[in-house]
Amino acid sequence: MYDAPHTERAVSQKDVKISANKVQVYYGDTHAIKDVDVQIEDKTVTAFIGPSGCGKSTFLRTLNRMNDTIDICRVEGDILIDGENIYDKRVDPVQLRAKVGMVFQKPNPFPKSIYDNIAYGPRIHGLARNKAELDDIVEKSLRRGAIWDEVKDRLDAPGTGLSGGQQQRLCIARAIATEPEVLLMDEPCSALDPIATAQVEELIDELRASYSVVIVTHSMQQAARVSQKTAFFHLGNLVEFGETGKIFTNPEDPRTESYITGRIG
Amino acid sequence: MPVFWLILSVLGLGGAGYVAGRQRALASAGGDSRNLHSLPSYYGSNLFIKTVVPAFVLLIIWLLVQPFVIENRVIGLIPTGEIAEGSNINLVMAEVRRTAEGLDNLVALGLMDEDDASNMRADISDVTQRLKDAGQVVTSTITQPILHAAQEYRTSSATGSLYMTVAVFVLAFAGMLFGLKETQSDFRARNIVEASVKILLIAAASIAILTTVGIILSLIFNTVEFFRLYPASQFFFNPTWLPSFGGGLDHDGNPLSKLGILPLLWGTLYISLIALVVAVPIGLFAAIYLSEYATSKVRSIAKPLLEILAGIPTIVYGLFALLTVGPMLISIFGDGSLGWMKAGTAVMTAGLVMGIMLIPFVSSLSDDIINAVPQAMRDGSYGLGATKSETIKQVVIPAALPGIVGAILLAASRAIGETMIVVLGAGAAAKLSLNPFEAMTTVTAKIVSQLTGDADFASPEALVAFALGMSLFIMTLGLNVFALYIVRKYREQYD
Repeated sequence: MYDAPHTERAVSQKDVKISANKVQVYYGDTHAIKDVDVQIEDKTVTAFIGPSGCGKSTFLRTLNRMNDTIDICRVEGDILIDGENIYDKRVDPVQLRAKVGMVFQKPNPFPKSIYDNIAYGPRIHGLARNKAELDDIVEKSLRRGAIWDEVKDRLDAPGTGLSGGQQQRLCIARAIATEPEVLLMDEPCSALDPIATAQVEELIDELRASYSVVIVTHSMQQAARVSQKTAFFHLGNLVEFGETGKIFTNPEDPRTESYITGRIG
Repeated sequence: MPVFWLILSVLGLGGAGYVAGRQRALASAGGDSRNLHSLPSYYGSNLFIKTVVPAFVLLIIWLLVQPFVIENRVIGLIPTGEIAEGSNINLVMAEVRRTAEGLDNLVALGLMDEDDASNMRADISDVTQRLKDAGQVVTSTITQPILHAAQEYRTSSATGSLYMTVAVFVLAFAGMLFGLKETQSDFRARNIVEASVKILLIAAASIAILTTVGIILSLIFNTVEFFRLYPASQFFFNPTWLPSFGGGLDHDGNPLSKLGILPLLWGTLYISLIALVVAVPIGLFAAIYLSEYATSKVRSIAKPLLEILAGIPTIVYGLFALLTVGPMLISIFGDGSLGWMKAGTAVMTAGLVMGIMLIPFVSSLSDDIINAVPQAMRDGSYGLGATKSETIKQVVIPAALPGIVGAILLAASRAIGETMIVVLGAGAAAKLSLNPFEAMTTVTAKIVSQLTGDADFASPEALVAFALGMSLFIMTLGLNVFALYIVRKYREQYD
């Protein structure tokens, strides 16, 4: 099904970027994530797969503390990014989110111009000293978001006027503009048509050169196409984590095999 | 038959029709309701509708038309000599109606028999005195032609009512029979009921709209009448408001009353401005707190509490202005300290209290609008490392802005139309001044004072109220249209 090339095997030798140890997440009384241990590597695309409600999106959102915005959510255990516990009291979740960018399921451009959408993060974090630098950041981000050629003549047009695929790439460019180290993507292609999906997947592959990318997806083909590592979640447990090629061709756990072959899910 | 009993009888007939229709439908299907096109109750409802609706329509039309027909007949009986100097035919007709009513009362009280009431002559019996004894108000002595007209009026009304009763019953029965005839197992009664429901709803909507049209027309006619009596240029550009009670003209032929709208308009706008300056920030911040920061528990208590403010009658706010806010402002700005304020009634007093009144208006609407901003917008912003207040300031508020502007404009049109707070809080002096601590007055307050006096209703001093009302109406209408336009134009920005 998926034959991982040798060059990508070499990627697995990279440094660990995110290290989660014994992570538990509770929504009120519901135990949504149970004892998850995972090591996410730098400059790698890691895919989280699993049936709906298995906790993969919840776990993704613990990585940049987006769950803090939900009152009843409680996280236990350690999550280290570059060796630093992000749930430490001294860590400012706002600063953390600038470092760990996020792209959502539904494209959510702000009701502002394309330029202002991209400039939003840099302005908040004071990344540009003057207009010229900001212009520079905007152009660079749009280029890396693979959308520059399509929007360069209408930067003042509203971001909401773009097509779905363009909007999602705009959102990715917006996340890149704050110069994150990790990029979290929560089903970034589920609202897109196949062509837009292909464009976004191509972009994800390019982003791997500079970032550690974690993507939640419902599509196993997509996980196989874009990721080097895959984690399979089931009922709040991390069932299996390993090389994408291995998970899809030779899974160790019978549950993984059932899911991949379509028997559970 | 009195109209009330007529209506009840027709409704009773309709009820009987319902039962009959149901039974006939079931009988036509051999007692098995599964063989019917519609549920049995639909056949019953169809018969009820067929019985009641045409009868009621006829009743309403008859009640509207009959007085005109009778008056036209009776007017012919009144000789022109009966119309006194300075009076007109309408006043005489009013007297005729009062006399007819009085005769009705006398008969009802048993003080006069029906025969007397119909044939009595004013030059023989003392009708005027007898009417007065029966408690009827009559303004002058009843003369023979007037009594005759009144008698004619009575008998015509009675005959008209009799014909009406008969016609309504006949129509109700005819409708019922027609309905019974069409009640067969394959008759689509359900569709008829469905169509009737739609017509009922349309009728309700039309009444609301037609009433509005009626109000506007009455405003327009009276306004036109006012401008016939009073120069429009004086009304719009004269900077003084000084109605003279007697009315009349000076020796140059100009009206003595100075009815310039400018000071009133200025007072209205000034007070509304202060009210909005108070209400918009407080209301908006309250809305932001409630929708973004408050926990659901706090919100469930605080929001209804805030909305209680909206339920307080404005006269109570007026008392609050008069008794609390006015004296409080005097103690700060009055003669004792800064010396800017002479009396408790001032633009500032009314503006502050009106602002308090508008807070729930602004906050409740804005809260709904802010809540309608999709969570995805906020997530997007938080995901980029923005704080809560940055998110609100740069994403949520801009996304909600069209709605918020709409809410503010609606609040503004309420402020412009507010009366009681102004009457009690701002005083009655029509003044063009920039000092917010002076008494001023508004368009609405002056409408009240122009119409509550005993001025002749046909004089420009009274009719000016309609011109003022029209100006106000156009202003608030313009604001509302503008608010709706803004809301509509920018509504689709996030979706």
